[in-house]
Amino acid sequence: MTGDNPRPLVECRGLAKHYGEGETRVDALRTVDLDLWPGEVVGLLGPSGSGKTTLLNLIGCIVEPSAGTLRLDGETVWEGKWLRPDLRRLRLEKVGFIFQFHNLLPFLDVSENVALVLDMAGAATTDAFARAHELLDYLEVGHRKAAKPSSLSGGEAQRVAIARALANRPRIILADEPTAALDGERAGIVMDLLRKVAVEQSATVVVVTHDEKILGRFDRLFHLRDGRIEDMASRPGDLTG
Amino acid sequence: MNLALRDIRHHLGRFLLTAVGLGLLLGVVLSMIGIYRGLVADALGLVRAPAAEVWVVETGTRGPFAEGSRIPGDTRESIARLAGVTETGSMTFQSLEATHRDRKLRLQVVGYEPGRLGGPPAIAEGRGLARSRFEIVADVKTGLVVGERIPLGGDVFTVVGTTRGAVSSGGDPVVWMALRDSQVLQFRLSPAPARREAARGPVAAGAPDTINAVVARVAPGASVEAVVEAAKRWKHLAAMTQDDQETILTRSVVEKARQQIGLFTTVLLTVSTVIIALIIYTMTMDKIREIATLKLIGAPDGRIVGLIVQQALALGLIGFSVGASLIASAKDFFPRRVVMLPEDAASLGLVVIVVCLVASGLGVRLALRVDPATALGG
Ligand SMILES: Nc1ncnc2c1ncn2[C@@H]1O[C@H](COP(=O)(O)OP(=O)(O)O)[C@@H](O)[C@H]1O
Ligand SMILES: [Mg+2]
Repeated sequence: MTGDNPRPLVECRGLAKHYGEGETRVDALRTVDLDLWPGEVVGLLGPSGSGKTTLLNLIGCIVEPSAGTLRLDGETVWEGKWLRPDLRRLRLEKVGFIFQFHNLLPFLDVSENVALVLDMAGAATTDAFARAHELLDYLEVGHRKAAKPSSLSGGEAQRVAIARALANRPRIILADEPTAALDGERAGIVMDLLRKVAVEQSATVVVVTHDEKILGRFDRLFHLRDGRIEDMASRPGDLTG
Repeated sequence: MNLALRDIRHHLGRFLLTAVGLGLLLGVVLSMIGIYRGLVADALGLVRAPAAEVWVVETGTRGPFAEGSRIPGDTRESIARLAGVTETGSMTFQSLEATHRDRKLRLQVVGYEPGRLGGPPAIAEGRGLARSRFEIVADVKTGLVVGERIPLGGDVFTVVGTTRGAVSSGGDPVVWMALRDSQVLQFRLSPAPARREAARGPVAAGAPDTINAVVARVAPGASVEAVVEAAKRWKHLAAMTQDDQETILTRSVVEKARQQIGLFTTVLLTVSTVIIALIIYTMTMDKIREIATLKLIGAPDGRIVGLIVQQALALGLIGFSVGASLIASAKDFFPRRVVMLPEDAASLGLVVIVVCLVASGLGVRLALRVDPATALGG
């Protein structure tokens, strides 16, 4: 599973996050140790409020950790403070985020939403749109290229968001409930695509999910409870059995 | 991929409405400047009409526009005899109120001797004065037409010609008449005590031969200053060059208006700045989630600042164009002259650009402080 790469893509050491102080302090995540390797697709499970989104946001450098160490692709990015000044560049190049609420830009049409991240990474306009259309076609939303996000169904918006997250061929792909709005067949297509990306780009894919349909498709599953990784199972069979 | 343009297109109606509103405001600023320019042009029109180089007036005064000036009618001959003087003219200036077609009409009456300096610069319709008495040339703004008759100070005058755009610094249309007619008019319309006093002097045919100024032109090679100096040596005379006269007029007559309008324009520009800043701030507030998303997906600050600044500039430039075209098409319907100079429009355009840049600072500050995590909520 580790392939030829000797290092994990994501290394969390004692990673913790709390919001507020004193009376109002909420420990969203307590001392998480986690290594994620290139080529693997892992699932993150747990009840609501257990810290799944928080963990994704920490790995994606969207939220600043409170303690511990975070290393991405061998580079220490947080240890007491941010060690990289350009977190957005890091996100643009290394991290593909599939947000729970899609977060498409309402003033751009579907293909522009996808092409924008390529454009920002320095791609030529025609190349950016060609890649965007290719991804959208693959995800079966190519026919909605010119539509504004407000006119998309939940499932269509989700697939556009996935296309955007994959556009720059990131090595770390973080997905918050990516198949919640999709039917079983489409959820399967998305999981196939994520698997393909993990293998072809030797990327790591982390998926937060409640979706029973797809539990069998993960290499490893992590259970979160009260901000801690509770148990670890290499196969969902171990988990349920 | 230009984000500013696409966001504008997304809210096109709202954006254009805002730009038009701003355009009205900028139109008011432009018309203020135009009204001031018109004021100066009007005020100088009367002074420039005789195309004189030297003005001779009563000693101790800065007449005949800024202060009253009364000098004897034979002054013109003395000035005409000065070395270097080629042409002269005696002139009177008075404003009066007449009734025309049951309407009160304020007029600036200019008296001159036909054939000498001081007449209307250009006749639009009809002819100039020919007979020595009871004819007038009137500006079209009086509403008088050629052939019409109008009573002034007890005599009835016939309009023989019209001019276009001749008004006093107060905006009253100009009427030209023969010097003798204007002297009689001045005598009849002056307050009773002044008339009694004037009657004690040398009286000819009822009205004294008093004028308000002598204008003169100087031979091409001769020195205007020398003529001014020579005229000053005459007893009871003051003299000045055309430039001096224009300066006095703009200082005394237009300065207050300039300050007033300048102050008003400054206030309007300040209000515009605040409004533009608020609009841009609100536009940014409405986009907080999109800006946070842009940060989430890795957009650099330059991209986000560009979005806000470009929209601010678009707003300002569209607003400015709307305002400028509005005033350009409406300027002739103003009761007083509105002069739109290209350089005034250009400088206001520049000011608008600067104002937009300054005003977008508030929005930019807000945008740069947005936490990307803001976009994660539902
Ligand atoms: N911005 C925040 N401020 C305060 N508390 C937060 C914030 N984000 C998350 N939390 C709290 O942290 C805990 C974990 O949240 P989250 O990671 O969203 O859970 P999950 O995604 O597993 O439902 C919850 O108790 C939540 O209320
Ligand atoms: Mg969550």
